[in-house]
Amino acid sequence: MPSSVLWAVDLFGRVYTLSTAGQYWELCRDTQLEFKRVSAAMHCCWGIACDNQVYVYVCASDVPIRRQEEAYENQRWNPVGGFCEKLLPSDRWPWSDVSGLQHRPLDGVALPSPHWEWESDWYVDENFGGEPTEKGGWTYAMDFPATYTRDKKWNSCVRRRRWIRYRRYKSRDTWAKIPSKDDPKELPDPFNDLSVGGWEITDEPVGHLSLWAVSLQGKVWYREEVSHPNPEGSSWSLVDTPGEAVQISCGPHDLLWVTLWEGQALVREGINRNNPKGSSWSVVEPPTSENGIMHVSVGVGVVWAITKDRKVWFRRGVNSHNPCGTSWIEMVGEMMMVNVGLNDQVWGIGCEDRAVYFRQGVTPSELSGKTWKAIVASRECDRSHSGSSSSLLSAGCFFGDEVRGSGESCAPSDTDASSEAERPGPDQPVAPEPLDSPRNPKSSSASGPSPGKIPEHATEGANPANQTLGPEPHPIPASTPAELPWTNIDLKDPRKAPSHSSAGFPETTGLSELGLLPLGLEEPYGADDHPLWAWVSGGGCTVEAHTVLKWFTVQSGLSPSVQTLSLSITPAQTAAWRKQIFQQLTERTKRELENFRHYEQAVEQSVWVKTGTLQWWCDWKPHKWVDVRVALEQFTGHDGARDSILFIYYMVHEEKKYLHIFLNEVTALVPVLNETKHAFALYTPDRTRQRWPVRLAAATEQDMNDWLALLNLSCCESQRVHGRPSPQAIWSITCKGDIFVSEPSPDLEAPEHLLPCDQMFWRQVGGHLRVVEASAQGVVWGIGYDGTAWVHTGGYGGGHVQGLVSSSSNIYPQSDVKSVHIYENQRWNPVTGYTSRGLPTDRYMWSDATGLQECTKAGTKPPSLQWTWVSDWSVDFSVPGGTDQDGWQYASDFPSSYHGYKTMRDFVRRRCWARKCKLVTSGPWLEVAPIPLRDVSIIPESPGANGSGHSIALWAASDRGEVLCRLGVSELNPAGSSWLHVGTDQPFASVSIGGCYQVWAVARDGSAFYRGSVSPSQPAGDCWYHIPSPPKQRLKQVSVGQTSVYAMDENGNLWYRQGVTPSYPQGSSWEHVSNNVLRVSVGPLDQVWVPGGRRADVCSWVGPGGLWVPTLVTCGHPHGATKRVCVPGLGHRRQSPGEPQSEQGNCVSPNRRAAAGTQGAGLGLRHRGEQADRGWLCRPRLCGHTVRARAPQAATWHGVGPGRVPRGPLSTRLLEGWPLPLDPPASPVMWLSPSREAGITSPSGPMPPEPPGARPSRWLTSRTPPAGPCRWPVPHRRPWALSAAEAASLTWKQTGVQFEGSALVREPCPAVSHMVLTCGP
Amino acid sequence: MTDDKDVLRDVWFGRIPTCFTLYQDEITEREAEPYYLLLPRVSYLTLVTDKVKKHFQKVMRQEDISEIWFEYEGTPLKWHYPIGLLFDLLASSSALPWNITVHFKGFPEKDLLHCPSKDAIEAHFMSCVKEADALKHKSQIINEMQKKDHKQLWMGLHNDRFDQFWAINRKLMEYPAEENGFRYIPFRIYQTTTERPFIQKLFRPVSTDGQLHTLGDLLKEVCPSAVAPEDGEKKNQVMIHGIEPMLETPLQWLSEHLSYPDNFLHISIIPQPTD
Repeated sequence: MPSSVLWAVDLFGRVYTLSTAGQYWELCRDTQLEFKRVSAAMHCCWGIACDNQVYVYVCASDVPIRRQEEAYENQRWNPVGGFCEKLLPSDRWPWSDVSGLQHRPLDGVALPSPHWEWESDWYVDENFGGEPTEKGGWTYAMDFPATYTRDKKWNSCVRRRRWIRYRRYKSRDTWAKIPSKDDPKELPDPFNDLSVGGWEITDEPVGHLSLWAVSLQGKVWYREEVSHPNPEGSSWSLVDTPGEAVQISCGPHDLLWVTLWEGQALVREGINRNNPKGSSWSVVEPPTSENGIMHVSVGVGVVWAITKDRKVWFRRGVNSHNPCGTSWIEMVGEMMMVNVGLNDQVWGIGCEDRAVYFRQGVTPSELSGKTWKAIVASRECDRSHSGSSSSLLSAGCFFGDEVRGSGESCAPSDTDASSEAERPGPDQPVAPEPLDSPRNPKSSSASGPSPGKIPEHATEGANPANQTLGPEPHPIPASTPAELPWTNIDLKDPRKAPSHSSAGFPETTGLSELGLLPLGLEEPYGADDHPLWAWVSGGGCTVEAHTVLKWFTVQSGLSPSVQTLSLSITPAQTAAWRKQIFQQLTERTKRELENFRHYEQAVEQSVWVKTGTLQWWCDWKPHKWVDVRVALEQFTGHDGARDSILFIYYMVHEEKKYLHIFLNEVTALVPVLNETKHAFALYTPDRTRQRWPVRLAAATEQDMNDWLALLNLSCCESQRVHGRPSPQAIWSITCKGDIFVSEPSPDLEAPEHLLPCDQMFWRQVGGHLRVVEASAQGVVWGIGYDGTAWVHTGGYGGGHVQGLVSSSSNIYPQSDVKSVHIYENQRWNPVTGYTSRGLPTDRYMWSDATGLQECTKAGTKPPSLQWTWVSDWSVDFSVPGGTDQDGWQYASDFPSSYHGYKTMRDFVRRRCWARKCKLVTSGPWLEVAPIPLRDVSIIPESPGANGSGHSIALWAASDRGEVLCRLGVSELNPAGSSWLHVGTDQPFASVSIGGCYQVWAVARDGSAFYRGSVSPSQPAGDCWYHIPSPPKQRLKQVSVGQTSVYAMDENGNLWYRQGVTPSYPQGSSWEHVSNNVLRVSVGPLDQVWVPGGRRADVCSWVGPGGLWVPTLVTCGHPHGATKRVCVPGLGHRRQSPGEPQSEQGNCVSPNRRAAAGTQGAGLGLRHRGEQADRGWLCRPRLCGHTVRARAPQAATWHGVGPGRVPRGPLSTRLLEGWPLPLDPPASPVMWLSPSREAGITSPSGPMPPEPPGARPSRWLTSRTPPAGPCRWPVPHRRPWALSAAEAASLTWKQTGVQFEGSALVREPCPAVSHMVLTCGP
Repeated sequence: MTDDKDVLRDVWFGRIPTCFTLYQDEITEREAEPYYLLLPRVSYLTLVTDKVKKHFQKVMRQEDISEIWFEYEGTPLKWHYPIGLLFDLLASSSALPWNITVHFKGFPEKDLLHCPSKDAIEAHFMSCVKEADALKHKSQIINEMQKKDHKQLWMGLHNDRFDQFWAINRKLMEYPAEENGFRYIPFRIYQTTTERPFIQKLFRPVSTDGQLHTLGDLLKEVCPSAVAPEDGEKKNQVMIHGIEPMLETPLQWLSEHLSYPDNFLHISIIPQPTD
């Protein structure tokens, strides 16, 4: 989980943040301002400063806040001069807004505040509804206002074009002043309190925030239009109140409470999506009449209050429907204020000690929590300024004596000298610090202004520690590490020293004496040791039940650095001790075994059997679960190979029978959890074809996990697969979010005998993802259903995959959130209007999307036991087709296409309700915070990455539609360092980077774009080229291989981009390839992969137990085939590994719809045997070692038969020098293709000519080279074709191979694989 | 990249090439050929020497045969120590194969335990496993297991079945996520130079301030003589499974990965060979 921060203000008005991952308060660096109050949200914080002005602090992120300004230029046709700016008097302005009603000259558009800056100048938008327009961007119409078209017609009398310009919010990571609301004519009425919230009320506009404020005169104000893209909001508006307000609190959702001067609370009612300001007030009386409410704070479903006697109260029964709640409960403790943050977590400031307290044990089931716990995290500036706590430690050890002996006194402030210098204020310490105080050496040891004061040995002790931050051997005289924290405090608080003014305390008494130090306070961490806090805000602080916080213990100083290190992405496999153990074990084995292998083994291997009782989903009708006995027999062959057979013994008509499965035939082992069963399924190629896996269910989860662990181990053993997935591995995601990985076997690569894809062995990797993307360098990224980006840690296993097939390190907790949707259906009748009484023939009034299954709010369960609800049902307004204000969609009848407005002919309506559920599992994944993503793509291979230190290119489209480019991605740091924002004119949906840095993207409006000039030195490229979509189709996803570009539209059609050449990478036109495709992924050898299922949204086949098949896919040459995304395939049911769950009953309720025989439509691994009319899977483009050239459409499905001379897709550039002009087949073509035969280097004469139509290089596949090919090493397995003419002039710098005429000169080259050259005519 | 799991495999499949010869004073009918065998490091002598016994019994008269015992360079070999430990402790510096002398008479009652049958080995093994789990988890895990799980542990060792054994044993190697390790590390430290059979104390994997204890910490605490002073010459080898892990190795990791099947870390401290 990414860290988030808690905001707080100390008594001196300084604002601090405390990270959930950290243990020190960090000063919010703003040299000028002091604050009274702050109220934080996730990405920003609002505050009232001591000048009574309101400020907003927007946290910087990699993605800028930018807004588009637009203006329209309008022209009318005039018989004399053609189109000109002269309009008719009745016309609109020549420069206007979109409606034409407002005059909007380009130079009249001003920045709204000094916190914005222009990104560039005005330019014409040439994109019209997803399609590029003619030069100039004009759109034509008969008259204003009318429908505009791209094309100029005979009757086009007017035209207009859109100018756009972007402005960017620049005041990030600093406090930006919000203009005062005060009317200069009236007396100023400064703000007294403010509260930000409301971000969960609505998704539209993006990042909406409700900002409420209370002025000194007791008025309540609302800031209009505050949202993420408009962080300042626009204006203040007054909200009437029945009394004088003193304080206000706004929750993340629809709660808003105000305290009144008289001690009651006001509760705002009627806050909803359409009316974030609410409609009316109601009054809540204080808990006791004598002590009114002084302070309230609200969350999603809780209200905490402080009365005037400082007592803390919890309001019972508060929720959206009853924002007032029912009654008060008194809580323990006395607080100055409390603040409710995210997840209804609570912080408070203690009355006595002014410390920040955190309410522990707040869970959805126990909202009031358990106890208050003081946060004792110290401030960053309390540490040594060198940033190293260890230096402080060692200094502390050295100065311990002097601290106690110096007898100086110091100001109450305990900031160190330098931060005070930065921020001169009234709280400046009065007493000057004696130079020999402990603090000076501490700070000067870092800054070094007074070295003379520092004992020599102290600097020595401190500085090395600064540099290494490790568990340094700080020379501790006689004090044990356990005492160090005390020493630490001792240092910070010199004031206590006078009581021990005699020098030379024995060191060993440190602990006991410190007990006396805080001057009479009971707690050792007294007010003087720690900051006095005035205000705290947890609105930006995510704390969950399992979050481990380090706030509550004073760290010894050494661990912080160690702990942060261990959190870093790089697997901690590099420790020297670990390496040595591996190395020594290898040496030991060699030493003790090498020469003695002929010795007899002491223990003979034998058959081992595990037996048990399971349930089996029987093969015959009626299908049901039957009890079976199961035995796994493992045996070892003479060659040491292990194999296993699984026997399933069952009874038919009193007769004992069994079936058996050879585990080396198993292609996938899939846990299948649903609401009732702990089941798993075994797939073999046969059973995949029959769409009928062996389904087994265990009585308990433990039992299932044991069997899964054992079967997984046996399968992996018999497939000889173990350890982390190789960089060549093929990754896929099932429709349920389970992650599978397959190691490409050498067979897959054999051109003559392609291994059918249904024989690929898939093993599961823990975790839950929606999209996975991998590159040849072993960098793997994934995106969860909630948009969270994850990076593979290099581990394997986790989740359900336990035991020996799971790695012991690199497995981390992972969680995912998705929504379950149900529909409320209504029919109109003339008397009562829309009611929930339908016709008898109608669908259920509460149903799933198809209407066939009843889904009520109460009866709908999370998809499986792993999922738990995390929200309540709410109307989903973001359904396609739009909705009205209340979320309804209308249609003439069920089922039909729905629209978001009511017409006369609409007799039915529906609305979608969504409820979020969450699962927690584990897997080899670490979160890449903080930007949620929609699509991600990694360059298949980057030639420069190996030597030149270029990072691996990775592009992504964010949830909000921004295009991002990740910097600093490498094999060692697969997570990269930061995002680089790539500006776009509209939100994007999909992005893909292929070989040679070709970046393609698809916008949400369905248009395609090519990004120009992307290169290692210019990772973000320079500009977008708009590519027209296929006619009348809106593209949805794009995938780029080495040279070929495929895109998929919203109707599941797959398109191939023709004419992509190095010199013209945009290509010429789209060519239809196939339909019924869910998602496409093109590999680095231009293999095309698609999931084997059909449309996931159409078919919702759910087997008993929600079975599905790992869908894929293959073709060609997975050796080095590395780019793959496989996608949610089929079915709606999805579940994935997770936390232990309680045992369920054995009864099964096979899904009603499953019995309907619809499985054919949706289930199954498409295998090679299937014909194109059923969709396709296997589309070899470039197979194996040969350059098999063919145009996409001429191809037969399995790559047999003659290919054609390469056109676009084959003409890839050499390592550098794209573009390399190539225009086959006019000129003779030289063929280069990779061969696995290494080491043969016999350059010789000219190549045997081959006609262009022939299958090239047949001899290569037989591996018997004909006379005359010459081989030389090249660094990459990749086919090339170049013309002889080009070859003649080409110098291949990178590998040192030179072409001279048709002869080739081979130079030494470090690369490993080899190339074979033949020559066509 | 190698994974920690591979260590388990390497540990399990450690073999010591051994040459068994019959003690010269044993009375034989004809000359006894030496017998060569690869002994699993993690197993017990009497568990894996059926073949040896048979081999030598063939050349002996029935009445001369009593309980078999083994000796290396005059030291009787305790069958209840894992083989790898015996080798590391006594013979790691000598040349391979390991020459073990087989005796059928003169059982050294004061040095060795009798091993009437394999049940004795099983009983000893299981009691070690239980003791280790008592240290690691207050016996919670071993007690939750069923009888068949216990049997599977033993059969896994008996039949040299890595996966059979580890399918169960992995549960013994788990610890709650909120902890940083076991309660105590089950370990035994053996030294040839002392009379004491071994050192065993309570030792936690994590220090009070949250730092992981290392092998070096353990040795400093319980066997300071084994650790060379900072600047001093290294006098001893600290050996587990025939390797010398670095003293910086976290003890918890060692316990999870380099424990013998009885779940103990058997650490040998032997004098540094001088050459």
